[in-house]
Amino acid sequence: MFIRRQLLLVAGALAVAATVPHARAQEETVKIGLIVPMTGGQASTGRQIDNAIKLYMQQKGDTVAGKKIEIILRDDAAVPDNTKRMAQELIVNEKVNVIAGFGVTPAALAAAPLATQAKVPEIVMAAGTSIITERSPYIVRTSFTLAQSSTIIGDWAVKNGIKKVATLTSDYAPGNDALASFKEHFVAGGGEIVEEVKVPLANPDFAPFLQRMKDSKPDAMFVFVPAGQGGNFMKQYAERGLDKSGIKVIGPGDVMDDDLLNNMGDAALGAVTAHLYSAAHPSQINKEFVAAYKKAFNNRPGFMAVGGYDGIHLIYEALKKTGGDATGDKLIAAMKGMKWESPRGPISIDPETRDIVQNIYIRKVEKVDGELYNVEFATFEAVKDPGKTKK
Amino acid sequence: MTTLFTILFDGVAYGMLLFVLACGLAVTLGLMNFVNLAHGAFAMAGGYICAVLVNNSGWPFFAALPLAFVVSAAIGVVLERALYRHLYARSHLDQVLFSIGLVFMSVAAVDYIMGSSRVFIKLPAALEGQFDVFGVGIGRYRLMIIVICGLLTVALQLILARTRFGSRLRAAVDDPRAAIGLGINVPQVFAITFAFGCGLAGLGGALSAEILGLDPYFPLKFMIYFLIVVTVGGSSSITGPFLASLLLGIGDVAGKYYVPKMGPFVIYTIMIVILIWRPNGLFGRTAAR
Repeated sequence: MFIRRQLLLVAGALAVAATVPHARAQEETVKIGLIVPMTGGQASTGRQIDNAIKLYMQQKGDTVAGKKIEIILRDDAAVPDNTKRMAQELIVNEKVNVIAGFGVTPAALAAAPLATQAKVPEIVMAAGTSIITERSPYIVRTSFTLAQSSTIIGDWAVKNGIKKVATLTSDYAPGNDALASFKEHFVAGGGEIVEEVKVPLANPDFAPFLQRMKDSKPDAMFVFVPAGQGGNFMKQYAERGLDKSGIKVIGPGDVMDDDLLNNMGDAALGAVTAHLYSAAHPSQINKEFVAAYKKAFNNRPGFMAVGGYDGIHLIYEALKKTGGDATGDKLIAAMKGMKWESPRGPISIDPETRDIVQNIYIRKVEKVDGELYNVEFATFEAVKDPGKTKK
Repeated sequence: MTTLFTILFDGVAYGMLLFVLACGLAVTLGLMNFVNLAHGAFAMAGGYICAVLVNNSGWPFFAALPLAFVVSAAIGVVLERALYRHLYARSHLDQVLFSIGLVFMSVAAVDYIMGSSRVFIKLPAALEGQFDVFGVGIGRYRLMIIVICGLLTVALQLILARTRFGSRLRAAVDDPRAAIGLGINVPQVFAITFAFGCGLAGLGGALSAEILGLDPYFPLKFMIYFLIVVTVGGSSSITGPFLASLLLGIGDVAGKYYVPKMGPFVIYTIMIVILIWRPNGLFGRTAAR
């Protein structure tokens, strides 16, 4: 009995001793919980973000404002239940100062209440639905919103002699978002939607829908399909001879993601999309970014990589501003209104909505040095999220 | 009017593709009475083999197609001898659990080896685009599918009905005990049949990459379609699944064209109506074994 009590005491003392240096170490490190899909259909999103963050930390070092930055990577496979569980675990057990990543909208939303409760900043690096930043005062976004690119392509289309458009969008939240914002701006500008088709998300064959597009004889077709289906879509578009009948493809740039573009083949040539980033963006800072990324990972960075790169940059800069103080409220206050030059161009964080303000570029797919690129030819400067400004 | 023919053409091509993909399943399910949900995994294997050969090793597309068949069939033989054989006598639930496990393993393995993004097979220029016949748009690639699949169907029917192997197979299915008694090597017949079905799936996978898209989730995504073909067609012959595939292909394409809002439901509606009308499928034998 006596021995047991003594043992307990010893154990207790050990436990206390173990926690003390741990607590001290924590003051010196800032932990970032990175929750992204590394497996499953959205894996390329997670990989790009993870790569970009590794690259950034390689370039800028892993200490900022006297603090060591530690990334804890978790794979949620884009399942929101996982995201929530992992966010909770990271906040409670690992005591992370920031949670980041979030490949899809439902994942970002699942973590939002936790960010609010724990007062931990949630940096959204990928998901693109407007409402996300409204779900918690601790959410900051460094990716984009679909409304940003879809409204711009709508405006651009009207101004450039496209009068009749047929739309083909995948029937899920981002697709419907893209369609609604495009339609609003295109119709307001005097354009006409001659055909509207929503394609089921798990769609094996685009043939009948494309035939319908062809028969409605529009000037252009507005397309939004999940990134992975873009290639199939463009191939069938060319197979059906829509390219030859003069029907252009326009849309938000997700379809022409740099990650996949080069595998789509020449069918993609000439597609005009509006988006925040192209690997062919002609700035010095982007050239260096693309070169470094290619060298490190043997692949071209896409817009998801840029979202991650800017996300970690934002955390670094906010820490510099607070002098290493990683409390949630201080970090969020520091992030609001922050401006910097990203590989995608000049961007800032809107102090009111904590959402990203960025240039949207109109690009056309062209062949550069034997590879397909989105070549930018028009710029809409400092676009705020139209999904919110209209309220 | 010409549009109608284009739709019909696309539907037939799609249906033919479904048939090549699913007829192996009709054989294992109907003739061997084995529920093999992992059938799509063999199709995926064929697709990836073709993609790797064409894209990475520079093989011509038409040379890679037969190899997709051969390698998938070889994988089929190995798995049949090593794993499937032990489950022939087990209950259907065991077979389902086993084969669905196999599906998940194949998905994870391909994801690990090939990555999760979609793979495209570089096609020869001769197969790209469309040409017009009296105003009806004919896709070259789809035309090729119809030709290849049409020939295969005729060949299959001839093998089953006219050759000695075909009669052995039918005998082995109808009454395995009597067949063994007559000196037919039933396990061997089944192994060959199984491998052949897997090879067909592999070929179908290679052909379908262009139209259906090829990624590690292929076996899961198209499992439903294969099962619909087999249930609607009935699983006792080749003719049943063939007609069912055509019906579904045309129904699906036409449904999506004429009533895009209802599009995805059309084939399920067709399936339900047919199954209410004929619970054993179009050509099913009443009261199977």
